[in-house]
Amino acid sequence: MSSERLDATFMALADPTRRAILARLADGEASVNELVQPFAMSQPAISKHLKVLERAGLISRGRDAQRRPCRIEAAALAEANRWIERYRALWEGNYARLDALLDELNPQKKD
Amino acid sequence: MPKPVTVTTPSDREIEVSRVFDAPAALVWDCHTKPELVRRWMLGPPGWSMPVCEIDLRVGGAYRHRWRNDADGTEFGETGVHREIVPFKKLVASGQMEGFGGEAVNTMTFVEADGRTTVTVNMLFPTKEIRDGALQSGMSDGMAMGYDRLDEILAEQKVG
Repeated sequence: MSSERLDATFMALADPTRRAILARLADGEASVNELVQPFAMSQPAISKHLKVLERAGLISRGRDAQRRPCRIEAAALAEANRWIERYRALWEGNYARLDALLDELNPQKKD
Repeated sequence: MPKPVTVTTPSDREIEVSRVFDAPAALVWDCHTKPELVRRWMLGPPGWSMPVCEIDLRVGGAYRHRWRNDADGTEFGETGVHREIVPFKKLVASGQMEGFGGEAVNTMTFVEADGRTTVTVNMLFPTKEIRDGALQSGMSDGMAMGYDRLDEILAEQKVG
């Protein structure tokens, strides 16, 4: 993946609505109209998010002129995730130790 | 079950990491600002220790972190200066990672609700390239270090 493409991918993933759309599409393809309802957003707003995701290569749109169903592009997502996951793993290790330290310092905490 | 860590890239020069802790903000703050506490958790990948952790918690005061891979002696450091301190709420500091050019601005916020504290660490890098480097190498905000080296060691152990 080129560095420009990866930038577009990270940019696309930075937005919580777009991450939620991807999570929804991970369950199966959906049309714009099918995405409007669960997200309680206007169709133009959803379409704008879909354009960003499409440009980043994270989704593709079907040819069916009526529905143009959106589907997730697993390979692009996996490439971006590889970086993020490795980075996240580092913080997870640190934060797991911090949890243990906080528990030790905060004995009145009830579980 | 450990709580999830959220990693996002709000712009092409930023990384933002967020996590909820089951403790009041004052305590979480202490764990981020008192060297004797920081050294107990901010260690990076398995096998690393934190031989140096100095924090002069004043605006204009410096901090110095140094990590060491105890297996091969590799070291990595980060230094910086505190720019804004709002006790238990917000900590802004510059950060210079060894081997990376330029200076990042690290903003840490602590938001308490119902006895839990959400910590958000925003790292603003001088350029997109340095941001990408930090993300790729798993190094940032002193969170250090040689994952590649770790991968090698793990691979060696599997073979052997």
